[in-house]
Amino acid sequence: MAVAEALAVELSEESPGARARRRLLRRKSAVLGLVIIVLLVLVALLAPLIAPYDPVQQSWTAIRKPPSAQHWFGTDESGRDVLARVMFGARASLLAGVVSISIALTLGVPVGLLAGYGGRWIDVLISRITDAMLAIPFLILAIALAAFLGPSLPNAMIAIGVTATPIFVRLTRGQVMAVKVEDYVEAARAVGNPPVRIALKHILPNILPALIVQATISIATAIIAEASLSFLGLGQQPPAPSWGSMLNTAQRFLTNAPWMAVWPGLAIFLAVLSFNILGDGLRDALDPKER
Amino acid sequence: MLPFLARRLLQLIPTLFFVSLIIFSLQQLLPGDPALAMAGEERDPAVLAQIRHEYRLDKPVYVQYVYWVGGVLSGNLGESMRLKEPVLNLIAQKFPVTLQLALMAIVFSLTIGVTAGVLSAVKKDTVVDYAVNIVALWGISTPNFWLGILLIFLFAVHLGWLPASGYVGPFEDFWLSLQTTILPAFVLGNSFAAVLMRHTRSAMLQAMGSDYVRTARAKGLAERVVVLKHAMRNALTPVVTLGALEFGTLLSGAVLTEQVFSIPGFGKLIVDSVFNRDYQVVQGVTLITATTYILLNLLADIAYVLIDPRLRS
Repeated sequence: MAVAEALAVELSEESPGARARRRLLRRKSAVLGLVIIVLLVLVALLAPLIAPYDPVQQSWTAIRKPPSAQHWFGTDESGRDVLARVMFGARASLLAGVVSISIALTLGVPVGLLAGYGGRWIDVLISRITDAMLAIPFLILAIALAAFLGPSLPNAMIAIGVTATPIFVRLTRGQVMAVKVEDYVEAARAVGNPPVRIALKHILPNILPALIVQATISIATAIIAEASLSFLGLGQQPPAPSWGSMLNTAQRFLTNAPWMAVWPGLAIFLAVLSFNILGDGLRDALDPKER
Repeated sequence: MLPFLARRLLQLIPTLFFVSLIIFSLQQLLPGDPALAMAGEERDPAVLAQIRHEYRLDKPVYVQYVYWVGGVLSGNLGESMRLKEPVLNLIAQKFPVTLQLALMAIVFSLTIGVTAGVLSAVKKDTVVDYAVNIVALWGISTPNFWLGILLIFLFAVHLGWLPASGYVGPFEDFWLSLQTTILPAFVLGNSFAAVLMRHTRSAMLQAMGSDYVRTARAKGLAERVVVLKHAMRNALTPVVTLGALEFGTLLSGAVLTEQVFSIPGFGKLIVDSVFNRDYQVVQGVTLITATTYILLNLLADIAYVLIDPRLRS
């Protein structure tokens, strides 16, 4: 009976978007990921209102205090409240995740469309450049780019975005190759649509699910990459808080103030985990083979 | 086999060309006068002129590229400004350290990752399967520098069992070397083990549902033989070659792991060079890393074809 009902719903006039939403909400882990992401975004947005202290305010009377009623997550080497810094640090991490992947999508999708839908030589040229970029390990290329651009959060975002671009070029190209031989694309071509219109109106909407899944998982990678660059001193610069740079400092005070290392790391872990499980859920919900 | 090898080798040329172009272009990103950026604190016009002349910064960009590639092809990756030593020598000194870490990490990841992945597939939808999936998700989502810090706190600061940082080569003192590298290798292999768990699980599930496994069962073979001899042998071919493909991820991870554990390897060399504006070293390390990765990919492809005769045609 339950199967018949499910089948009836599947076969009803449900839009692809609504179907994907229903399938996504059925997966508890994906919903959990989504809830954590919403909470993190709220913390980042409302940090100035909900943070108990100013994240850069130093206090020489509260240096390296363990967690207590006044300072739930303890204080750091300059007497700053760790909870306030973790809350404000969410801004750098989430911003870096979203902005760098937006850069990668903005650069990668048009180039991927061009490779998949343009001529043979354009495809060969773009594919070889993509191969070359993918041959340089992700973090090493990001470090090299950030080093030459100069250490700052915007430059770290550019470095991560550019480094993530070939992933989207390759994905878009592959998807276009698969979709462009479909009947509806042939039909669009037969009625005289120009190539740009076919690519944007007919191909792009059909490869969107794969791009959404990859973008979600890539945000997780970008958050780790930003934290890594900040940990190395190539991202957010002090005294502005970022989870990566907080861990860098914490390492020096591991014997006396281990709590300084726990919370920023846990925050990175939660953010990355939530995007990973949401990405897994989206893949199941949007992948036609799963239907 | 020979035509395949020739084709693959030919494909390397454009990839290596573009890799060199990308790495050379990094220098163009330096804001302002590159000579000034390379000189660091030095402001003496004579020194700046010498840098401009030495790196041919006074010549057009394409001429600079031709000279740079010419140098690279003859084994000259430039000289470290800080250490006054050829970049290639520095890399040759540091690479074995990172290689030791990477190999230990691979052994650890293969042992844990493959075993857990096979168990998870065989015990699909049981507590074991769920546990392996959770551990894999944890491994993928944990930043390795955080894991490193936590393990240093537990095993070095709290328990005092292992040194917190430093490195001793295996030929100097084997046991001490093992003590200094076991934590970093575990940290480095952690996310790779998680990736392997997921890949092994899905490859095993596919193999377990195939006709030859059904035939093996129908013949009345013991389940252990079916799993270990029939399913696993076929499932592991793509999983083992994944090791080569993931080597790049290991090198990326080594940058952070070596920083956390103060290990004087490849990763620490690139980070130290970044902060000392030793751009020649940054370029050299990036180039060698990419070339190693490309060659390992080639070896993985060859191994794949050798193992699976169906691909030879």
